[in-house]
Amino acid sequence: MQIASMHFKERAHANMANAELQRNLQKIKGKFVAKRHASLTELDDFEVTREAGRAIRQRALDNLDVWLEIFERNATARGATVLWAETPAEINAHVLDIARRHGARKIIKSKSMVSEESELDRAIEAAGLTVVETDLGEYILQINDYEPPSHIIGPALHKSKEEVADLFAKAHATPRKTEIAELCLEARGVLRQHYLTADMGISGGNFFVAETGSVVIVTNEGNATLTTTLPRVHVAISGIEKIVPTLEDVATLMRLLPRSATGQSISNYVDILTGVKGEGEFHGAEHMYFILVDAGRSGVLAGELREALRCIRCGACMNHCPVYQNIGGHSYGWVYPGPIGSILTPSYIGIENALDLPQASTLCNQCGVVCPVKIPLPDLLRKLREQQFERHLRPWTERVGLRLWSWLASHPRLYALATRISVRVLSWMGGREKLLHRLPLAGGWTGGRDLPAPEGRTFRDLYAARKRK
Amino acid sequence: MRVGLFVTCLVDLMRPSIGLAALRLLEAGGAEVHVPPAQTCCGQPGYNSGDRAGAKRLAARVVAEFEGCEYLVAPSGSCSGMIRTHYADLFRDEPPMLERAAALAAKTYELTDFLLNVLKLKTVPGALAATVTYHDSCSGLREMDVKGQPRALLARVPGLKLTEMAECETCCGFGGTFAIKFGEISSRLADNKCQHIAASGADAVVLGDLGCMLNIEGRLRRRGDMKTRVLHVAEVLAGAES
Repeated sequence: MQIASMHFKERAHANMANAELQRNLQKIKGKFVAKRHASLTELDDFEVTREAGRAIRQRALDNLDVWLEIFERNATARGATVLWAETPAEINAHVLDIARRHGARKIIKSKSMVSEESELDRAIEAAGLTVVETDLGEYILQINDYEPPSHIIGPALHKSKEEVADLFAKAHATPRKTEIAELCLEARGVLRQHYLTADMGISGGNFFVAETGSVVIVTNEGNATLTTTLPRVHVAISGIEKIVPTLEDVATLMRLLPRSATGQSISNYVDILTGVKGEGEFHGAEHMYFILVDAGRSGVLAGELREALRCIRCGACMNHCPVYQNIGGHSYGWVYPGPIGSILTPSYIGIENALDLPQASTLCNQCGVVCPVKIPLPDLLRKLREQQFERHLRPWTERVGLRLWSWLASHPRLYALATRISVRVLSWMGGREKLLHRLPLAGGWTGGRDLPAPEGRTFRDLYAARKRK
Repeated sequence: MRVGLFVTCLVDLMRPSIGLAALRLLEAGGAEVHVPPAQTCCGQPGYNSGDRAGAKRLAARVVAEFEGCEYLVAPSGSCSGMIRTHYADLFRDEPPMLERAAALAAKTYELTDFLLNVLKLKTVPGALAATVTYHDSCSGLREMDVKGQPRALLARVPGLKLTEMAECETCCGFGGTFAIKFGEISSRLADNKCQHIAASGADAVVLGDLGCMLNIEGRLRRRGDMKTRVLHVAEVLAGAES
C-alpha cells in the first residue's frame, strides 16, 4: 500500500473535520467496545485465559524458526507447497507464478491484510488477470478504486450504508438499495458468480498450526470457506509470526480472538484447512500453497519490539484507542492503524517514514489493558520514541527543550529561582481571568485550549513560609 | 510514620495549594510529613519522549531524596505511577541502582490510595456543597489501581454528591508533551471529556492529576464554560486552609 504515514497530522486534521466520517466512527463504541465488554463476562477467567494466550504466542515466537520448519514439514507431507517471501514484492511474484503454473485467469480473494502490504490486487491486475475481493468490506473498497482499509477487521468501517448504496448502484448498475439486508443480498448475488467461475482462491491466515500444517481462517461471512474450497488452487498468505504450535493452542486463542474483536463468543465461521483434497474427498483445493511472509518481521523479532509480533489482529487496541476513535484509521497512512499500527508501521516501512506514529498516543494504556495477548503497547511506543531521540529524528527544539528541562531540574537552587520568576510572570500574564489565551512556543496547547495560569508562588516558597511560622 | 511528600513539579509550579492540601491530609491522618527540599521532577517528560538519559538523571535524584522515608506519597497517579511502574525499567541494566529504585517503587503511593488504605483516614477535614463528577486519570487508574479510593473518600465529604459521567475512564487527551505536539487531537479528546462533564450536570469535575486538570479546565474555559469548577481531589478532601 502507498505509504502516507508522514502526513499523519494533515490527515488527522482532515478526518476530524469530516462530519460524515465522524458519524461513522461513532459505530466503534457500540459495535466493538460494548460488545467485547459484554462477551468477556462469559469467561469466568478472562485474565487467566489472557495470560495463556500471551504464553502461547510468546512460546511460538521464542523458537519461531523451529516451529516454521515443523509447519513446513507437516504441510508438505499433506501435499501443500510452502513458499517464503522475504519482501512484499516476493509475495506478488509467488502469486503470479502460481497463477501462471495453473493457468488461472480469475482469482477470488478472502481478506488478507498482509496482501495489502504488497498491493497484491494491483499486481494481479497489472499482470492482466482478474481479482475479486469477497470479504464484503474489502469488496466495497475494491469497487471504490481500491480505497485503503481503515480498520484491520472492519476495513470499510469508515463508510456509511448510504455511501455503500451509492457505490453498489454505480458499480452494479442496479437500482439503489437502502436496506443493509438488500445490499448484502446484492453483493452475494454478484460474488456467487465469481466463486463459481474462479480458478484460484487467495486467503489470509489467522493462524498456521505447526503440528498439523493447517491454516486457520476466521470469518463471519463464510467467504473464506468458498474462496478456499471451490477453486482448484488455494493460496494462503500470512506473516511468519502467525505460527502456533498446536491445535490445542488454537482452541485457547479462539476463546480470545472473536471476543476481543467483535464481542462474539465464536465467529460465524472457523475454517481449519489441512492439505490438498485427498482421494475420495469432496471438498477442498487440488493444489494448496502457503506463502509465509517476512517483510520486516524477522527484524522485529530480533529487536526490542518483538512482543508486538504476538498480535493476533483482533483490533481491540484501535477500537479502544481514544485517538483512533477520533481520527479514524486512514490517518495512520498505511496497512495497520491504531496503537499496534503505530508500532508495526515504523518497524516495517522504516522509522523515518512514520515519525509521528509512535508519538501519536497519550500512552493512556487503554490498548495495553484490552490486548488479549498482553502486548505492552505503550512501552513499545516508548521504545520507538527512544530510538527516534537517539537517532536525532525529532525536531531540535524538542531535544533542546527536554535536555534543558532535565538539566534545570537537576540543579535545584537554579530550578527554584527560575520557577519562582516564571510562575510570577505567567500568573501576572493570566490577569483577572487567571487564564492564558496565548503562549509563545505552546501554540499546540493554546490553539484549542486556554492555559490556566499558575497561582503565582511555588510550593517550595509557600512551604518554606509555612515552616517559618 | 515518616512520609515523604513528593509534590510533583506541576503542583509546585501551577497549583501549590494542592500540595498544601495534600500535606494537611497526610497530617490529619497522623503522618509525620517530610518534604525533601531539593525535589523537582520525577523524569516522566523525558521518559515518555525518548530521552532516557535525562529521565534517569532525574529519577536517580528522586530515589536518593526519598529512599530514607518510610513511604513516598504524591498527589498524582501519573508521577507516582512513573516511580512505581517505570523506575525499574529505567535502571534495568544497573543492578545496585535497580535495587534501590525497586525498593522505593514498593513504598510509593498515590495520595488517595495512601489516605484510605494505609492511613485508614476515617473523616476528612473538607466540606463542599456541590454535585461533582470524577474523572479517572489514566496512570492512576491503569498503573496504580486508583478507582474506588477517591470515591470512597469523597463520600465522606459533607454536602458533596457524586454523579458519574459517561466514559469517566477515557483519556482526557493530555498525554504530557502529546498535548503540545498534537494539540488539535488533544483538544478534541478534551472536548469530548467536557461534553461528558456537562451532560453529567455536575457543578465541578474532581480528579487526581494536575495534567488532566490543566487540560480539562483549559478546554472548558475555551468553550466558554466559566462556571464548572475543576478541582483536585486533595483540595476537596482538605477543604480551605484554616
